[in-house]
Amino acid sequence: MAWEHFPHGADVGVRGIGATREEAFAQAALALTAVLTDPARVVSRDAVDIRCEAPDDELLFVDWLNALIYEMATRSAVFGRFEVKLSDHRLEATAWGEPLDRERHRPRVEVKGATYSALSVAQGPDSVWIAQCVVDV
Amino acid sequence: MDISRLTRKAECEWHLPATGAMRVPGVIYADEALIRAMDEKVPEQVANVAALPGIVKASFAMPDAHWGYGFPIGGVAAFDPDAGGIVSAGGVGFDISCGVRTLLTGLEVADIERVKRPLADTLYARIPAGVGSTGALRLSPAQMDAMLAGGARWALGEGYGHPEDLQRIEERGEMSGADPHAVSDAAKKRQREQMGTLGSGNHYLEVQRVTMLYDTAIATAFGLEVGDVVVSIHCGSRGLGHQIGTEFLREMAIAAKASGIALPERELACAPIHSAVGGRYLGAMRAGMNCALANRQILTHLTREAFRTLLPHAHLSLLYDVSHNTCKEEAHVVDGKRRRLFVHRKGATRAFGPGHPDLPEAFHSTGQPVLIGGSMGTASYILAGTTHGMGAAFGSACHGAGRSMSRHEATRHWGGRQVIDALAGRGILIRSPSQRGVAEEAPGAYKDVTEVVDAADRANLARKVARLEPMICVKG
Repeated sequence: MAWEHFPHGADVGVRGIGATREEAFAQAALALTAVLTDPARVVSRDAVDIRCEAPDDELLFVDWLNALIYEMATRSAVFGRFEVKLSDHRLEATAWGEPLDRERHRPRVEVKGATYSALSVAQGPDSVWIAQCVVDV
Repeated sequence: MDISRLTRKAECEWHLPATGAMRVPGVIYADEALIRAMDEKVPEQVANVAALPGIVKASFAMPDAHWGYGFPIGGVAAFDPDAGGIVSAGGVGFDISCGVRTLLTGLEVADIERVKRPLADTLYARIPAGVGSTGALRLSPAQMDAMLAGGARWALGEGYGHPEDLQRIEERGEMSGADPHAVSDAAKKRQREQMGTLGSGNHYLEVQRVTMLYDTAIATAFGLEVGDVVVSIHCGSRGLGHQIGTEFLREMAIAAKASGIALPERELACAPIHSAVGGRYLGAMRAGMNCALANRQILTHLTREAFRTLLPHAHLSLLYDVSHNTCKEEAHVVDGKRRRLFVHRKGATRAFGPGHPDLPEAFHSTGQPVLIGGSMGTASYILAGTTHGMGAAFGSACHGAGRSMSRHEATRHWGGRQVIDALAGRGILIRSPSQRGVAEEAPGAYKDVTEVVDAADRANLARKVARLEPMICVKG
């Protein structure tokens, strides 16, 4: 399980890697948090439930990130831990986090939305799952 | 970029012939150095846009074009609604009506130097900037709808600004055809605490000095002299615009797939202008434009208040307010015929030339001011729209420098403190909540805005009028 960023022009790509699709989605969510702040600074205390449904895995992945972006924006919160369950093209997840603290989290840039650029949800040759896309900042 | 497929039609104009699915050719405005430095995604995306239904004349890219989402950033394309033309959420982008406005101050450099530090601190204290910052204003649902319908005109009615400001805003401050009911509750909720906020990323408020004039007659008409001080604000429609973009991009992408339209990139997803979703998007997008205009109007009010505390005699008047992520219905003459077209400008500034009926009287003989933001350590430029530009790319010009380096790479080269200290050494004061954010926006991470502006000028898309250099920068 791991996450990373990859470069894209003015913006940044988020990538989650895991043994399952669920893990890859959860890791990509950590990568999303890491655009904003260091995930290690986030206390995973308050739970928020998220549900999405989409016609395919890739749209579901973008929906998942956009749901998190929406929760971060409207709750002024940051999330540090994620649990994702997937069945068909339905997602049920819990994100744990806390209210954004500008002193402690030192947020650097706000994410406007997840895009369909460099979007992919796929299993690599070594059977690990990779979920990724570019986010607009 | 490999330029072997392009035909050079003029010093700064390159054509990509229509091949394959392209309905019209591509046209890229740039000098040879800029075009060679552009990434390969630019001609690919220009060609993809050229294949969209109802496109008129050509798929254009401005001198600052770079890899975008579906459309290139710096892309301009016009569509005819009566020829199956489309509207594309990706062709407008997430930050609907992101733009720049510039205020004249009537002050000179020495006036600012006397109060520079406290002015920087006062602006930073009063302008909500950065992630998680909130505005003082909370709108009821009815007020939100009124704001979405009324734009800067609504803000004026709420006590933000002067009546004469409206003349100096595109659409006179109020985008018509906005439909607040086409904007989702989620988008409105996302905006609840964000009215009158700058945002983050490349958004800023700068106090700038005029350091050079290129066209003194137009500069005089614009009220600019060397040594004058102006204020420029770069920001957009905040969370509301981002949410509208997110929702309609999804809806258009799914609809395209369901109707069997094969798109080379999902972000090219679009809908016919004459369709239910196309109409709803236009109504919502125009409401998003009004949100951006209202937001910049409120920020103008906060800026005036900040100046009043230290420079009570300063009178901040609006030079102009331009938007660079839009789709607007405009009349253009194509092959001798006047047509109503839907012009997408994604990271491109409207640059209407002299005599255009939509311009206020003050700009009838000059063309509209075209406000080009640079990075925080370099320069910004004011240009003017030209008659030639109207017949070239539907009255459009570039919008900024564009990045030359990713955010991550920038942070490996520079630290925030280092950037702030280096700029302070040159007399430029930076105020930002995020040092890391400042590092990501380091001047060295951007292309040279001067090259971009020179190419726009040489292509005669817009004419260079004045160069501005920063004194104070509040960075989101």
